[in-house]
Amino acid sequence: MITAERKPLAEIIDYIDNCRRILLVGCNECVTVCAAGGRKEVAMLASAMQMDFMKRGKTVDIREMTLERQCEPEYVEELAPFIDQADAVVSMACGCGVQEVVRRFRGKRVYPAVNTSFMGAAERPGVWAERCHGCGNCLLGLTGGICPIARCSKRLMNGPCGGSSKGKCEVSTEIDCVWQLIWDRLKELGIEDRYEEIILAKDWRTERGGGPRKIVREDLAQ
Amino acid sequence: MITDSVLEKVFAAGHIAVTGECGPPRGAMPEVVKEKAEKLRGYVDAVNVTDNQTAMVRMSSFAASLFLQQMDMPPVMQMVCRDRNRLAMQADIIGAYAHGINTLLCLSGDHPHFGDHPMAAGVFDLDSIQLIQTVKRMRDEGKFQGGADIKGPPKMFIGAAANPFADPFELRVARLAKKVRAGVDFIQTQCIYNMDKFEQWMKGVRERELHKEVYIMAGVTPMKSVGAARYMKNKVPGMDVPDHLVERMAKTPKEKQAQEGIDICVETIQRLLSIEGVAGIHIMAIEWESAVPEIVERSGLYPRPQV
Repeated sequence: MITAERKPLAEIIDYIDNCRRILLVGCNECVTVCAAGGRKEVAMLASAMQMDFMKRGKTVDIREMTLERQCEPEYVEELAPFIDQADAVVSMACGCGVQEVVRRFRGKRVYPAVNTSFMGAAERPGVWAERCHGCGNCLLGLTGGICPIARCSKRLMNGPCGGSSKGKCEVSTEIDCVWQLIWDRLKELGIEDRYEEIILAKDWRTERGGGPRKIVREDLAQ
Repeated sequence: MITDSVLEKVFAAGHIAVTGECGPPRGAMPEVVKEKAEKLRGYVDAVNVTDNQTAMVRMSSFAASLFLQQMDMPPVMQMVCRDRNRLAMQADIIGAYAHGINTLLCLSGDHPHFGDHPMAAGVFDLDSIQLIQTVKRMRDEGKFQGGADIKGPPKMFIGAAANPFADPFELRVARLAKKVRAGVDFIQTQCIYNMDKFEQWMKGVRERELHKEVYIMAGVTPMKSVGAARYMKNKVPGMDVPDHLVERMAKTPKEKQAQEGIDICVETIQRLLSIEGVAGIHIMAIEWESAVPEIVERSGLYPRPQV
């Protein structure tokens, strides 16, 4: 999933301080799962904003909505009946959702309420960790199913640097050395010889090197 | 001989090679480079010039290497994958070679986290093994990494690092094998203090006969004080300083610790030279270049051969 964290309240208020009517829009997908921008977080942020305005002797009218998927036009359309009654939209979706609202409602100011972080998974309740970098040319088949691009601090493709110590990365003991994980996994599978196959210089065009990316499926595109 | 590198000539003639290190200054101070290098003159065959070591901005390795070249002291130009993409790296390799710099050390580079620009993006377009492949292809096939022909290919003698003390230990011989397969000509190791572990690694190297395919230079760093010993033991990632050496330094009166550090270094080199497969010694006397002449002389490595 795409993970995100809510922005500090002061930054959000700063965007909308001169607005009186806010449409606060969450998303029912990834940001709900990582507890950053789902229905519950929308309600909490709405209360916090109300209180902040009240403390300063101001009022604000906040309409709360949470869309099924803010990155898809058909769901974003649900905002249409309410959009004119808002001075600004505050989106709690990831950056994809924010921009889909922007694309649909050209004349409306739209502000993000979360910092979109990474593609990851829940390691345990309340802890999400990066798993995929979206490089566009998956290496997992060569690295025991564990990604060095997303999970090595130097995205080294051919093994651990000299800073790997007791299974941890030189950058922080909070970070697992992914090459230790890969090596352990290859050994478990009895294929540690595979480590010595050199992974060639990566073609970053499938990542960001080729500019903004787009997938076009001719069979589905209209 | 595949290059004009003095280092290669020393190896090829069957001598134990000796290299030193010069860390460029954090400012436009050519005299600092020259002073450091001058202290090493005559005692080493070539001088490593570090590339933004510990992720701190310094005079570029290329520029500082040029000063050494002009002083008639062969530089080993270090190049890290952290700061530049493959265009910039290949451009510098051609440029350096055009100025007569013919020995290159290919490194991943310390993470920006450790330096004075922790907010910088780490490039890591290539990793060190892919850089070795790139430099070899430039030299042997006259091709850029992207595949186009090079007019006037750079003939670099290609080096890389190895750290036998990092984890996972059992992978470390395989990692060397991978660098050999990528086309590396010589290796300089991390500073060696844990001799038992180094010997264990070298045993693995010999079992695979890798020492016959690549010249392995054992790295040493003299410790100037017990503080330095403790710092390296506790703070430097990938360093392995055994307790008995820290204790030996701690037991030595403060004013004699520097001499003790040199003694330990000389003893280490003497033991390293008895290990089959060690083809040279790389002395990293960081900000202590003046220690190098004594270390080289007492280790029986002086005078340096004329090749």
